[in-house]
Amino acid sequence: MGQETLIEAIRAKLGDAVERVADSFGDPVLILRPAAVRAAMAALREPPFDYAVLLDLTCVDFAASEGRFELVYHLFSLGRNVRLRLKASLAAADPAVETLVGLWKNAEWLEREVFDMFGVRFEGHPYLRRILTYEGFEGHALRKSYPWRLAQPRIPLKDDV
Amino acid sequence: MDPLMRIQREARPESMLLNMGPSHPAMHGTLRIVLELDGEKILNSECEIGYLHRGFEKTCENKTWFNLLIYTDRLNYVSPLINNLGYAMAMEKMLGVTAPERAQLIRVLMSELSRVSDHLTCLAAMAMENGAFTVFLYMMKAREFLWDVIEFTTGARMTTSYIRIGGVRADLHPGWQASLTTAVRETRKVLKDVSGLLDKNSIFIGRTRGVGAISKEDALSYGWTGPCLRSTGIPYDVRKASPYLIYDRLSFEVPVGELGDNYDRYIVRMREMEQSLRLLEQVAALIPDAAPLAGGPVIEPAEAIAGSRRQRTGGRIRLSPNLEGYEKERLAGLTALDKPAALGSPASLIAVPPKEDTYTTMEGLISHFLFFMGGKGIRPPKGDVYFSVEGGNGEVGFYIVSDGTDRPYRLHLRAPCFHIVSALEQLIKGRLIADVVPTFGSMNMIGGELDR
Repeated sequence: MGQETLIEAIRAKLGDAVERVADSFGDPVLILRPAAVRAAMAALREPPFDYAVLLDLTCVDFAASEGRFELVYHLFSLGRNVRLRLKASLAAADPAVETLVGLWKNAEWLEREVFDMFGVRFEGHPYLRRILTYEGFEGHALRKSYPWRLAQPRIPLKDDV
Repeated sequence: MDPLMRIQREARPESMLLNMGPSHPAMHGTLRIVLELDGEKILNSECEIGYLHRGFEKTCENKTWFNLLIYTDRLNYVSPLINNLGYAMAMEKMLGVTAPERAQLIRVLMSELSRVSDHLTCLAAMAMENGAFTVFLYMMKAREFLWDVIEFTTGARMTTSYIRIGGVRADLHPGWQASLTTAVRETRKVLKDVSGLLDKNSIFIGRTRGVGAISKEDALSYGWTGPCLRSTGIPYDVRKASPYLIYDRLSFEVPVGELGDNYDRYIVRMREMEQSLRLLEQVAALIPDAAPLAGGPVIEPAEAIAGSRRQRTGGRIRLSPNLEGYEKERLAGLTALDKPAALGSPASLIAVPPKEDTYTTMEGLISHFLFFMGGKGIRPPKGDVYFSVEGGNGEVGFYIVSDGTDRPYRLHLRAPCFHIVSALEQLIKGRLIADVVPTFGSMNMIGGELDR
């Protein structure tokens, strides 16, 4: 299946979950409605599309735009040997999207990272806790509103296990 | 927010919680594992990462495209050249340039040297933690020979910053064939010795065979790539699946395991090193000796200094080919800057202009300033790009968003060991404390890349 027919097939399958298809330096990009992310991913994971690997998940903060937080998912299909990039834009106020935990096991850590760095909530995530920074860290470091080299307050010593 | 970790909240009152790390000799840097124990048996565990988080991605947003290269050295610090390569090639995809043939060959050479040293480091540490200290010393010895080649060419052992956008920083060092031959020969010897020491060693097999096994489905679900995925029997290798550089012209095999346990991860790495050594030999045969310099005879520096005391010397002085920018003719084969483009046009601003011009001509000096001045240097078009290369422990991917300015709007690293370590909790569940060490060792956790 060529790239264009594949994208057409995906569009036909996902219906109105796909807002539009874009092209970025030769790679196809599907822009999803945020409410349909989990359902779309679940469909893509199954045959005939067979995107069995959640290669990557990250987020971009377009501070000036309407859909401020853009989630970027990268899927990979081992059988077809193709990657697919999907995006979903979330509003600035209380950005939230349904979790992918349950579909892919690495989604738990990937979503924790996005939560930590951008403050995006993943609904249904069993353990949404900071991962690269620590409990007591103030703000979300990769937001554009977070200044580079901002000093953090001291946190008390942990009374540990 | 709840200051307690999940494991602290959910542990049974009668079981014991034990901290392993972040400062523990077997934790390869910094990672904390909290274990819930019943005697020596692990009922549950939780990994806490981020102790080496230094804001790589945030820092990159505040550096120019050229300047942030040095931060990529510090990701997987055992094979920095592959990180350099991943970033440089992602940028080249965005800028629409291709490195010259010679630079591509050098890049393959450097990638494979790095891959072997990465695997050597991983297995050396893993073997040492299982009590095989001899293996550690043997492998470190082999790594020194490989790093000699890297050091002679790039000038550094680990923080190389050698592979640049558009090409490589400088030519291979004079006499590189000899040092490469030595490195390959010594590494082969060490691999044979290590194979003899470990392959059928009952202590080693007891600690690794059947321990930390993962199924194909789980490995994919966790997003594993690299040798760890291949140990389960899935032959996915970025070099084969979507070949970059000249890998499609080289012959090598992708070794796979069967069970996906620690022993298979060890065997796959050993076999991969043999393949990488094969690749090194193939590439070395393909790299032509540096083209003879056009433009008349060259004189030795000492001769030039002595001569200049009496009169103005006309000859061109021979300097080390490693010195960036000198010998313009040679630089043309090493970076995409192959012809002097119109001043200030984007094509002339991908690589550092030749230093020779900078020091001798006004136009060269202006080009130099334009390259380094804020807002003037490399400026890729708007858009986003993902590019990945096969790193030491899996698919190293760079996702880069450009807004058309001189610095990235967003730069994200897909770190292979982030995905691999996320499976650790599952792999050690129900096992003994002693199994944590070989399982974790075989994963090749690299803090710089995991925590970014």
